[in-house]
Amino acid sequence: MLATAAAAIALIFLQQAPAEDIDWDAEFGVEERERDPATGEFPVDPYEKSNANAGAEPFANGRLAAAFGGREGIRRIAERTVELSEADPRIAEIFVAHDTVRLKRTLSEQFCYLLGAGCDYTGRDMRATHDGLGIRTADLNALVENLQQAMREAGVPFAAQNRLLSKLAPMSGDVVER
Amino acid sequence: MRTPCVATGLMLAILSAQPAHADDLEWFEGGKLVLTNGVTTIEGTSGGGIATWATIAGLEMDNGVGVSGHATIIELPDYGWQSHGVAVGIANRVELSYARQNFDTRDVGTALGLGEGYVLNQDIFAAKLRLLGDVVYGDPLLPQVSLGVEYKRSLDGDVAAAVGAARAEGLDYTLSATKLFLSRSVLVNATARLTEANQNGLLGFGSAAGAGHSLQFEGSLGYQLSRRAVIGAEVRTKPDNLGLGEDDWFDLFAAYAVTDNITVTAAYVDLGSIATFEDQRGAFLSAQVAF
Ligand code: HEM
Repeated sequence: MLATAAAAIALIFLQQAPAEDIDWDAEFGVEERERDPATGEFPVDPYEKSNANAGAEPFANGRLAAAFGGREGIRRIAERTVELSEADPRIAEIFVAHDTVRLKRTLSEQFCYLLGAGCDYTGRDMRATHDGLGIRTADLNALVENLQQAMREAGVPFAAQNRLLSKLAPMSGDVVER
Repeated sequence: MRTPCVATGLMLAILSAQPAHADDLEWFEGGKLVLTNGVTTIEGTSGGGIATWATIAGLEMDNGVGVSGHATIIELPDYGWQSHGVAVGIANRVELSYARQNFDTRDVGTALGLGEGYVLNQDIFAAKLRLLGDVVYGDPLLPQVSLGVEYKRSLDGDVAAAVGAARAEGLDYTLSATKLFLSRSVLVNATARLTEANQNGLLGFGSAAGAGHSLQFEGSLGYQLSRRAVIGAEVRTKPDNLGLGEDDWFDLFAAYAVTDNITVTAAYVDLGSIATFEDQRGAFLSAQVAF
């Protein structure tokens, strides 16, 4: 026993140091991800783009969108929600190593589409996107609170805030995993 | 090969570094949205002021344990009500609660031959199980549904017997459905209660003449003014097992979450006739602390 262990330890120390110029990423098949110089986003695997991916039907008229400050206001609220969540100790870890540049864009498209402000949603569907993130209902509540804060800061009336939430809340089944 | 060993190890560590949620239960971590734990009813269960809801007490979600404590006073023309209690919520699934009710008969005590300021007391031990659904999430038309049982024990069995009640203790069964309709900012609750309690049990249970359990209804309608404020109305039907003209109850309430942990509720309540003293309308004030 002791001899084997000693031999193993000796072996470890006897090993040659690797050459300096080995590309370990290539060696282990790690693909280099590069941000698109124009959009600043990482590429994602191909998927079929459709407004159906947004997960709900939009409000029929654009009146609600006005309460959110139009497209520009909606974009700011979506971006602020992502920023608050990245800085929120309760859920920050879930966003680490994910492309929040893209998330800000697609989340803003989703809100804009659902609020009837005339955008198309170009992101992936809710189930596929959140698959494997290990999101719990408590995490969803944290995100909702951050969205509420972003809407409050933007001066969106509470009843209008709830109108947007009424589109998102039924998606919980696709987002929450445990 | 040493360097790649370390590198692979690091990579594996990073890849396997899941969002670091403990899988075991968290204690008093919070996690519920403000007000979605409801306030505390006069029976110590979570709900509105007089109607039990399908909500689970405490601020925990499916991975935690939460608690709440409350105290309530009701000031009526001829009576004074005081109650207090504690509740535990487990995994947003099970609620266990205890409440003590103290009902001061003041001058009526003399009139009823009990003695000036005689206080009727009752203990209520309750359990509630969330069967399905969620108040906020999921199918917008599928409410959160919970089943509850309340064991009530009047500590004034002599008085209960004197007014014609059959027993000093009894069981209530509740089936509640509660949903927040976000698109309208409206919360709706409907509860069916099987009960034989006279004035909640303070005057005992059933009647010596044979009246037993009957099906009663509790309804609440709330409007969310903000994340922290809700106003609404409630109704609760009651049996009249003793033939004393026991009335249904109504209230108009306003609840405000002063902080994420503290909620105060003020209400105007109409408790009708109590022990033949009519028009018991007054003020309801309750404070709840939850974690
Ligand atoms: C109903 C609630 C939610 C909605 C409507 C929603 C919406 C979205 C959208 C539109 C995307 C972008 C999809 C794309 O770019 O193709 C996304 C991605 C993402 N969401 Fe959510 N989300 C919800 C809940 C949550 C929660 C609770 C968390 C974590 C606390 C979360 C974390 C993420 C992360 C990390 C990504 C990036 C995934 C990736 O890079 O592949 N989401 N979400």
